Amino acid sequence: MRYLPLDASDREAMLARIGVPDISALFADIPADKRIEGLLDMPLAKSEMAVEREMAAIAGRSLAAGSVPFFLGAGAYRRHIPATVDHLIQRSEFLTSYTPYQPEIAQGTLQVLFEFQTQVAALTGMEVANASMYDGSTACGEAMLMAHRLTRRGRAVISGGLHPQYADVCATLARMAGDAIVRLPPDLTASEDIAAAIDGATSCVIVQSPDFFGNPRDLAPIAAAAHAHGALVIAVFTDPVALGALRSPGEMDADIAVGEGQGIGNALSFGGPYLGLFATRARNVRQMPGRLAGETVDAAGRRSFVLTLSTREQHIRRDKATSNICTNSGLCALAFSIHLTLLGAAGLRRLANVNHANAVRLAERLAAIPGVEVVNSHFFNEFTLRTPRPAAALIEALAERGVIGGLPVSRLLPGAGLDDCIVVASTETNSEDDRAAFARALADCLG
Amino acid sequence: MSQIRYTKEHEYVRVEGGEGVVGITEYAQQQLGDVVFAEAPPIGKALKRGDPAAVVESVKAASDVFAPVAGEVVAVNSEVESTPGLINEDALGRGWLFRIKLADPAELGALMDESAYADYLKTLG
Amino acid sequence: MNVQGRPTRPETAAPSHRRATFTGNRGLDIEEALIFETGRLDATGVDLDPPEPYASRLGPHARAGAIELPGLTEPEAIRHYVRLSRNNYSIDAGIYPLGSCTMKHNSRLNEKMARLPGFADVHPLQPVSTAQGALAVIEALSRALLTMTGMEAVAMSPKAGAHGELCGMMAIKAAVEARGEGATRRVVLVPDSAHGTNPATAALIGYSVRPVPAGADGTVSAEAVRAALASDVAAIMLTNPNTCGLFEREIVGIAEAVRAAGAYFYCDGANFNAVVGKTRPGDLGVDAMHINLHKTFSTPHGGGGPGAGPVALSSRLAPYAPVPYVKREGAALRLVEHIEGGESFGRMCAFHGQTGMFVRALAFILSHGADGLRQASEDAVLSANYILASLSDLMSAPFGERPCMHEALFDDRWLKDTGLTTLDFAKAMIDEGYHPMTVYFPLIVHGAMLIEPTESESKASLDLFIMTLRDLALAATAGERERFQAAPTLAPRQRLDETRAARRPVLRWTKLEPV
Repeated sequence: MRYLPLDASDREAMLARIGVPDISALFADIPADKRIEGLLDMPLAKSEMAVEREMAAIAGRSLAAGSVPFFLGAGAYRRHIPATVDHLIQRSEFLTSYTPYQPEIAQGTLQVLFEFQTQVAALTGMEVANASMYDGSTACGEAMLMAHRLTRRGRAVISGGLHPQYADVCATLARMAGDAIVRLPPDLTASEDIAAAIDGATSCVIVQSPDFFGNPRDLAPIAAAAHAHGALVIAVFTDPVALGALRSPGEMDADIAVGEGQGIGNALSFGGPYLGLFATRARNVRQMPGRLAGETVDAAGRRSFVLTLSTREQHIRRDKATSNICTNSGLCALAFSIHLTLLGAAGLRRLANVNHANAVRLAERLAAIPGVEVVNSHFFNEFTLRTPRPAAALIEALAERGVIGGLPVSRLLPGAGLDDCIVVASTETNSEDDRAAFARALADCLG
Repeated sequence: MSQIRYTKEHEYVRVEGGEGVVGITEYAQQQLGDVVFAEAPPIGKALKRGDPAAVVESVKAASDVFAPVAGEVVAVNSEVESTPGLINEDALGRGWLFRIKLADPAELGALMDESAYADYLKTLG
Repeated sequence: MNVQGRPTRPETAAPSHRRATFTGNRGLDIEEALIFETGRLDATGVDLDPPEPYASRLGPHARAGAIELPGLTEPEAIRHYVRLSRNNYSIDAGIYPLGSCTMKHNSRLNEKMARLPGFADVHPLQPVSTAQGALAVIEALSRALLTMTGMEAVAMSPKAGAHGELCGMMAIKAAVEARGEGATRRVVLVPDSAHGTNPATAALIGYSVRPVPAGADGTVSAEAVRAALASDVAAIMLTNPNTCGLFEREIVGIAEAVRAAGAYFYCDGANFNAVVGKTRPGDLGVDAMHINLHKTFSTPHGGGGPGAGPVALSSRLAPYAPVPYVKREGAALRLVEHIEGGESFGRMCAFHGQTGMFVRALAFILSHGADGLRQASEDAVLSANYILASLSDLMSAPFGERPCMHEALFDDRWLKDTGLTTLDFAKAMIDEGYHPMTVYFPLIVHGAMLIEPTESESKASLDLFIMTLRDLALAATAGERERFQAAPTLAPRQRLDETRAARRPVLRWTKLEPV
């Protein structure tokens, strides 16, 4: 079998050295009536060619986003990823290495993490960032728990503009941890009065910008209100490229910034693996979950990098850890870092500019269709449409015409009275032809 | 005249008047290795004997420091918070962690004196 | 209190035996600066045409000011990352004997399959009718995991092993609360040998941890569990095979005692590689078990992640499984994203789980098949025992009189009179070209050395590894010290000052402003 190097004579020699007659002696601790004597009820081994054939057939049953005009975001964004990124992350030393527990032979990974942490801090306008978490939604939940530890309060206020699934994650975590949340109703036009919901029992306010409906938010007044009550502000974003065009969480006085990093360097992959970005002020670093790479020197005085402040983590603090997290999203963080290095500040600004321009052009076209309204006054690369007919059926009809037109809000917020709303995204991957096709198909469906 | 008492968890309390200065012992700092962080309890906190009071962290380990006797925290060592290595250099002196006003000096009787602690250390091998 | 007493900075500055070079490079071993030192804010490796003029809709929210992100052109970027990569050890380069981590070979077919557009370029929120292939992957992998575990349902959304633990424990908490016992059952039993994630997970959701001691033979007895069980216990968290590499012989009795006490059995499946195809956790009485796809099913470790931690659930816990999950309706697959009147405890993360890792794990399972999977478990256990038998005359093994499972555990008693520590021994392995085994875990053994070869090593590879460790062990007991205490001297870096990294944390590059 192509993955198993031992042959029959090897096994015989090894059993002889061990001093047992056969392999079953090494499994004797399994209770006799619980041993599987034959094989599991599944097919036998297959050749590489056979596996490829089988899996390609499965893959063929999904529509690849790049094969049609594609305008779906809502927390994951289709990006053009430079060929260099995927090539580099497949280098053996990045792909098949492990957590850098032996730093002397892991400086590649550690230096990349140090660079990544610096990039995330710069992007979010914060002072320090960790080496990544599983994804934006779990990073958001972890930020909520961190705010509870820092304020010693247990009640989070959640904006009605937070991605509904992020809010659900926070709600599940809070309930399980014995904390409370105040969840404001879905806020289509960024007009909620968050400050009014904050009081002396509030641990944190969780606000997304640009929000789920595409509205950029000014967090500074919310931060002022929160801080006046001793509460923290957690700023959330779902497309990191937005920070190439919009004011950063740090500039708006947020205490913790969390977000989804998939939009830089990582494919859509039906929802995972992604990476959570997590940044905060230097004074909060001891309560920050996740891995941290730090700078030091080795015995010969050379600059080196090492995992540090590990005493926050599960393998040391055990039941007093800041979190139970063990892995970071290593390879995804590497892909993010490589792509962002290739972009640089100038490239990031240009990329953000193209995203915004495409969204503006799309909004103009769609708003021109009779009965269709673009709800947002301001947006970055995502906005909400109001349609004269139920959005879910429209999206299906568009799909039949070969256009993926966005997310019907009712899919994530059933029963919220937003059945006529679609969240539409436009990235640099959309062409003028794509926009024309979308407008034509939508007009067709409504006509 | 100050007396010093030790616990099985390797805390000491050096009694001066009605107050006790608490820290970890020489043995404890050796076991922990280089101390990188120390966090004292807040001033004013009322501790019962055995309550977790402070935290001392090395690179590879984190240790709770328990209150050897009951009392109210009246002072903390801010020097140790900025220079945690003092705990390694001078655990019984400049590496002290916090000072408490003793609630019940009779509790000291249950702790080990210098020679009893030395004997105890021998049993640990 | 950590009684292991490991040093965390080099005791002395290391003498340099090698000729200094102008660059600091040593042949193919290249020093590489940070992007913040070599890049420029106006350099870029990505060309995008600027957009035609348009009316901005950013409003007052536009970001002004410089963003401190340096750029590199493509050739500079490739050089930077290629040079950095060469400072990493990897499975592709050599045996990676980390106990508990299952560092098996990462097949390239996995990577090729994951990159098929029908898997990689599918958005999680596309109309479900356009994502049937992606849903089919989730369903196919679930079916395979259920066959292997013999359990009722599997929650696919957890993003990593620890996340899977959280999922399993949340399902248990939901089940306990559904019985009205949420206020009384607040304790979780955890053996002292457990991985740190176990107590951390329990504490995260409000449980207090009560330790269960292992016996002298390294396993947990049903009697010890019965002694710790009471009406305040919600669950036990047990690793099987355990962190000492031993099969918990009394697991069936333990499961029965736990069930009889009205509690639940969480099994940490990190060591599943030892028993796939040999026994089913469901048959042993487990209620929930997470599976580390990045361990048992070869999805790549990627320098620390991403992982994936699906959780198999018994019929007692299946009703509480989180959303979302995949459901078959006739010929089509549906995604259940909202709690539709059921008892699901809620949602663990946005979207549906690590589908990219599911593709890889599925490729592994399809390639191995029922016969290959059983052979892999047998070879993993055989190789670990081969190492145990080949070293236990020189290195002390606390449970060495009985066979181990997929990993062999040694301690530091054999180093007692040498003045050397487990750490010194591990660092000397680096100079020999090997990544050290897991050290100082599990905590219940002093100076632990946990070796897990996996089924991916040839006999020649195992023999060279064994002979090297024998050579090192003999050198250590013969009184050589400097070689071990100065090690590693041949790696890209020598021992690091971890004390300094923690006392004076520098967690990012900062531009030095001119004075």
